[in-house]
Amino acid sequence: MDKVTVTIDGIQVTVPKGTTVLEAAKQVNIKIPRLCYHPDLPPVSGCRLCVVEIEGDRLLRTSCSWKCQDGMKINTKSQTVRSSRRMALELILSRHPMLCTECVRNNNCELQSIADQLGIRETRFEYSARPGGIDDSSAVLVRDPSKCILCRRCIQTCELVQSVSAIGLEGRGYNVWVDTPFGKGLDDVACVSCGQCINRCPVGALYEQDHVARVWAALDDPTKHVVVQTAPAVRASIGEAFGMSAGSLVTDKMVTGLRMLGFDKVFDTDFTADLTIVEEGTELIGRLTNGGALPMLTSCSPGWINFIEHFYPQLLPHVSSCKSPQQMFGALAKTYYAEKAGIDPKDIYSVSIMPCTAKKYECQRPEMRDSGYQDVDAVLTTRELAKMMKQVGIDLPQLEPGKYDEPLGISTGAAVIFGNTGGVMEAALRTVYELVTKSPLENVEIKQVRGMEGVREAEIDLNGTKVRAAVANGLANARQLMEKIVAGEADYHFVEIMACPGGCIGGGGQPIPTSMEIRKKRVEAIYAADRALEIRKSHENPAIKKLYAEFLGEPNSHKAHELLHTHYTRKTVYKETVA
Amino acid sequence: MHRNHVLVAMDAHTIAQGARAVRDALMRNLEMTSLTSEVKVVETGSLGIYNRGVVLVIFPENVYYVGVKVEDVAEIVSEHLIKGRVVERLHYTDVPVEKAAEMGAAPRFGKQQRVVLKNAGIIDPESIEEYIARDGYEALGKALTEMKPQDVIEVVKKSGIQGRGGAFFPTGLKWSFAAAEEAKQKYIICNADEGEPGTFKDRLILEGDPHCVIEGMALAGYAVGADMGFIYIRGEYRMSIDRLNRAIQRAKENGLLGENLFDSGFNFNIEVREGAGAYICGEETALIESIEGKRGEPRDKPPFPPSVGLWGMPTIVNNVETLANVPQIILKGADWYKSMGTEKSPGTKVFTMVGNINNPGLIEVPMGTTLREIIYDIGQGIPEGKGFKLAQMGGTTGGILTGAHLDLPMSVEALREIGSGLGSGALLVVDDSQDVVELVENFVEFFNHESCGKCTLCREGNGRLLELLQRINSGKGHVADLNLMEELAVTMMKGAFCGLGQAAPVPILGCLKYFRDDFVRKIEAAEMAAAA
Amino acid sequence: MQDLTRVDEIVGRYADTKTPLIYILKDVQKEYGYLSDVVLTHIAKKVDIPLSEIYGVATFYSLFTIKPKGKYVVRCCNNAPCHVKKSKEVLEAIKSYLGLEVTETTECGTFTLEFTSCLGLCAVAPVMMVNDEVYGNLTPEKAVAILKDYKMKGQSNA
Repeated sequence: MDKVTVTIDGIQVTVPKGTTVLEAAKQVNIKIPRLCYHPDLPPVSGCRLCVVEIEGDRLLRTSCSWKCQDGMKINTKSQTVRSSRRMALELILSRHPMLCTECVRNNNCELQSIADQLGIRETRFEYSARPGGIDDSSAVLVRDPSKCILCRRCIQTCELVQSVSAIGLEGRGYNVWVDTPFGKGLDDVACVSCGQCINRCPVGALYEQDHVARVWAALDDPTKHVVVQTAPAVRASIGEAFGMSAGSLVTDKMVTGLRMLGFDKVFDTDFTADLTIVEEGTELIGRLTNGGALPMLTSCSPGWINFIEHFYPQLLPHVSSCKSPQQMFGALAKTYYAEKAGIDPKDIYSVSIMPCTAKKYECQRPEMRDSGYQDVDAVLTTRELAKMMKQVGIDLPQLEPGKYDEPLGISTGAAVIFGNTGGVMEAALRTVYELVTKSPLENVEIKQVRGMEGVREAEIDLNGTKVRAAVANGLANARQLMEKIVAGEADYHFVEIMACPGGCIGGGGQPIPTSMEIRKKRVEAIYAADRALEIRKSHENPAIKKLYAEFLGEPNSHKAHELLHTHYTRKTVYKETVA
Repeated sequence: MHRNHVLVAMDAHTIAQGARAVRDALMRNLEMTSLTSEVKVVETGSLGIYNRGVVLVIFPENVYYVGVKVEDVAEIVSEHLIKGRVVERLHYTDVPVEKAAEMGAAPRFGKQQRVVLKNAGIIDPESIEEYIARDGYEALGKALTEMKPQDVIEVVKKSGIQGRGGAFFPTGLKWSFAAAEEAKQKYIICNADEGEPGTFKDRLILEGDPHCVIEGMALAGYAVGADMGFIYIRGEYRMSIDRLNRAIQRAKENGLLGENLFDSGFNFNIEVREGAGAYICGEETALIESIEGKRGEPRDKPPFPPSVGLWGMPTIVNNVETLANVPQIILKGADWYKSMGTEKSPGTKVFTMVGNINNPGLIEVPMGTTLREIIYDIGQGIPEGKGFKLAQMGGTTGGILTGAHLDLPMSVEALREIGSGLGSGALLVVDDSQDVVELVENFVEFFNHESCGKCTLCREGNGRLLELLQRINSGKGHVADLNLMEELAVTMMKGAFCGLGQAAPVPILGCLKYFRDDFVRKIEAAEMAAAA
Repeated sequence: MQDLTRVDEIVGRYADTKTPLIYILKDVQKEYGYLSDVVLTHIAKKVDIPLSEIYGVATFYSLFTIKPKGKYVVRCCNNAPCHVKKSKEVLEAIKSYLGLEVTETTECGTFTLEFTSCLGLCAVAPVMMVNDEVYGNLTPEKAVAILKDYKMKGQSNA
């Protein structure tokens, strides 16, 4: 590869051709401030905070977009650079309400920390509010344009990462702002509630609908039996919210923390992830042998379900009828568990901890009441759980290990990898292989479906029968696959889609910040969790076997269908409007 | 054969003063007097006379009438066209007649030299035949039959012509970048998104002589290997759009656009694309975004359009005036072109004189003509005996010139030396009765309205500059505000995303530099009034 | 319910034009007077561009409007060349005659008052436009007289 050598503040550094000044500066340990740049997105070069001076150039250049050229001499700290950054930040701050203590992002705000970094305590301009009021029409997301700094990360995320384009710019110049078309509100456009915009928002202009208060209320209510389930991806990320490095696996500490919060039972979504695999694997085998819509598409990512309902309703017959693990858990908690524990299901309050924001919508779907009650009562994101713990001074990194409660806390390695892109596919193949071939799978790690590429394909030999599989993460990649299917150019049998980049570990409810680097570390932690478990195939989970024996009968039984399967709704991208 | 031709200037200026009604009255009158077979009425572009109402010229006598109203038409027809007597009360004689005759038509040619405007106001812009009769499309024929694309680039390079949109980048060099790119498709874009206040040269070139721009584009296409061109024009320029579309159609019918031109195997087509009201689209990458159907926001550069432009393909974006020069450069050679203007800025420059000036309008002079010559000789000075306060060269983003600059030659290099530029060629003359602080507020109002909003410095910076200026103009300012304004303006100039944000502070800093006392006096007077 | 068949026709007109969104919006606005939610949503479906993007374009360019406008749109120029020829006085006279601030529309729907970008008619500054007609060398009295004519025309056509 071609290399170029540049001098940054007197330090020479050699980098591959095409490296930006920002990246090169990072290599010599200079962290250039920036607000609109995000490593997941193409540079906008809009905030003008990352400017640097380049010898011989009359203009300042944005380091996020400016490429290193051989012999370039760069100054990142000259008086001109400092005063320009200061001015740009003052201009941004003077249109930001500066109500830090009232803000959901207090202490985790890029604007706040850059103001601190540059030592700006006040601005020389009077506060001038941005147009646009709070939009809390969605069951999941809240937008507060008054806090927006117009970095455009949310728009780019929605358009480029997710190909949803629910929000965009309105107007121009001093009065430009981010909004849904005609200010309809998120509930009125095809927002899929993935929450990826929240993960990339540098400030508190985007956040999830708060479920913390209702969970506290349930915990405080002595008549309620409060159970909690934790999604696979949460254990690999919540440590970050407490200052631990990305990729810290804190399953046991988290369990202890949840008990300290007062949950009566601490269960694991991994239990129903195993159940999902058995149900979905059986469904796939059924479709392969009896004929059914192929490829079969996975159904555990609620952002993805929202997406396909709105954008590809014609493909809904392809989607597995299995509920997501969260909802299977919810249905069982108020039936199977209630029966076993002898508790009236109306007294059970079911909480889930999710890396996901779309789960907040999923739990409120009218079809998710098969127990006779709302199956899952509240969904907390990883961030919200961390917040609850912090509120009562629980210092997660220091906690002693704890163990999940039985039986809904028993799980396998196949379940935990649900948190990664490719994980559902791998878990399903581990089970399907053995169910079809009736012989044990030698190497359970199916590496062909692992990785971080947007779309991956693999072919697995099931004793002569080849199963063609595809995996996509991020909805823009999912769209690519759907287009292929619509065009009749795809001959897959089984397709796994996760709405978020990297899968649930990169979910919209995960700790901020996110980046490819961080997501990769979380993925590694999840695979490590898999390796550490003795049982690594879902159908071997003893608690699942017991569940079938005691309660459900057999996979895809009538009762299983009643509680664990669902149906989907054809929707449109645009609501029909009447003039 | 017609014995008389009556040219009716039909540009937006004269239309704004009732030219259509006069033309209609003229046609009616000729019909009534049965003169239609003897007298031909020709609608033409601007005749170079402004602010004098509707303008007519009658050939072959070469008599100019100005301020013509509907009720004057009968008299002109009966007196001049029937009896051969000049209607003195409307006769415009403010021009050395022999000079005008020598140049073909228009008056006020004292210091002017017409290259780009050689046909404007003389030929019927709707007639491709008249363009062809005056060497039109000869350069294209010459290039396609006798020259290689590289030769065309060499001539343009050697001529030294620089982009007339305001940046004055060497045109030949720009072309050579696109020529060097390997690509399936390349594009030529004519930038006719003339939005700089006070600038209307491009419109008048397009209205007066559309074919010279079409020919220039075809030559550019041949030089760089592009077979498709777009003219991006302001949506407000209704008449130019219609005229251009007709001119393109006529060129196609005559085999001068389309396939296999001059049997050379070279194809070239042109489409007109209209803007929808955004000054920023004059910036070449914003213009490209707009053609692509998006918000007209500028792109990061590099890559520059000659490498990655329209729909990702190599693209040359040239200003109307630049392209209008090209056919004559090819026809008459680089040395001819270099014989005009200064050594570093060859050729002529079209200026529009506006503001407090007696003789506003479009002029074409050699590069290097002094400001004094333009304002006082050609422009005939400032009305009502008022004094000269300042001039702004290049539109609202242009630099500020004061009395001390009156003898400065108007050339790229001379203006660059004082940190200014020629910009779009609009020259706003401001008399000494004007309030500079209000004028600056007016400038900033414009930028605030036209900023695209992409970058912090331009979006918020212009808003804040406006706020500070409004404060001063409403008597609530402080002297410290001037320092903040200056600091903000300097930051924008060095750090804004694109040319708009970088240029917006130029006139503000200029006025603060030369007229700081005006600001201070205003602030102090308000403070004293408040204290009293 | 707005009749959307004309939108289909307009979209069809540009079937062979690459990236024709701005042309479509222009023609549609001409047809319907403004770019309504219903109309833009219909265009979004037809051309397969997200509504958010179309809306961003429609609100970026000053010649587009997402709100209905008056029968006569009065566009005053207030750029520097008009400013030094006292366009402000003209504007003030128009404002008080119409009883409008800039960007407002009269209750009866006859007039909308706006600014225009420079029309390049600076040699006859100050200028204004009423719909597609341009008027130059304005004085406050002259401007009001012109608008009076329009007012009468508007009433007689009503």
